Amino acid sequence: MIEMLVHVLVIAGLIGSALLVYWFRDLLAATLASGIFSFLISLEFYILQAPDVAISQAAIGAGLTTAIFIVAIRATNRYEGGGS
Amino acid sequence: MRMSKLVRTGADLLYPFALIFGLYIILHGHLTPGGGFQGGAVVATGAAIVIVAWAYEDVAGMIRKVTMKAQESAGLLLFIGAAALALGLGYAFFYNVLANSGSLFGLSVPFGPNPGELNTAGVIPIMNIAVGIEVWGGLTVILLYLLSGLNKKEEGS
Repeated sequence: MIEMLVHVLVIAGLIGSALLVYWFRDLLAATLASGIFSFLISLEFYILQAPDVAISQAAIGAGLTTAIFIVAIRATNRYEGGGS
Repeated sequence: MRMSKLVRTGADLLYPFALIFGLYIILHGHLTPGGGFQGGAVVATGAAIVIVAWAYEDVAGMIRKVTMKAQESAGLLLFIGAAALALGLGYAFFYNVLANSGSLFGLSVPFGPNPGELNTAGVIPIMNIAVGIEVWGGLTVILLYLLSGLNKKEEGS
């Protein structure tokens, strides 16, 4: 019962953060939402008893991909579609 | 362009803990979940936090491209050397010559439920260490080249 509740909460958070990535026009905020998505999916891997995959996902998805996106945003515009 | 002082101090504070946790995952790769790749990725994430928070000129003295490239090559050489060691001693390629030999990582695994003996598994921890320092260098050098390629005039618009 409690496990089912955690599953539902994590999957609701996954859908919510994926929608936020689509919704934000501020690309830095969208990158952080994508990092939250990676963190939640690594939590889901841990609940499904794959701690190995969870460590990889937390390090690569939530850490390195976010860092690469932030470095790319530094070199370009922060806002989508704006020429500022 | 640097980030704010809050981000910089947080990155400096987090860096040693990420380093120690990643090295722990690498060294206990044959006992607990994780291994060379996962531990190396955690260490590289710690380096990535520092690289993102500071400008390239600040971080270039601490995390050098040359060191990271040398680390990547040394990891690959150590891996293939550990595999070829068995070939030199007359066994098959990748044969675990150190297991149960009594020398480095050479104790036999204790029987029954136990917390795990670090000094076991022969050549497997050596290959975990090799993969760990290789992934550490490889993933960090990607971020360093990305950051050093930023044009100063276009940055921070």
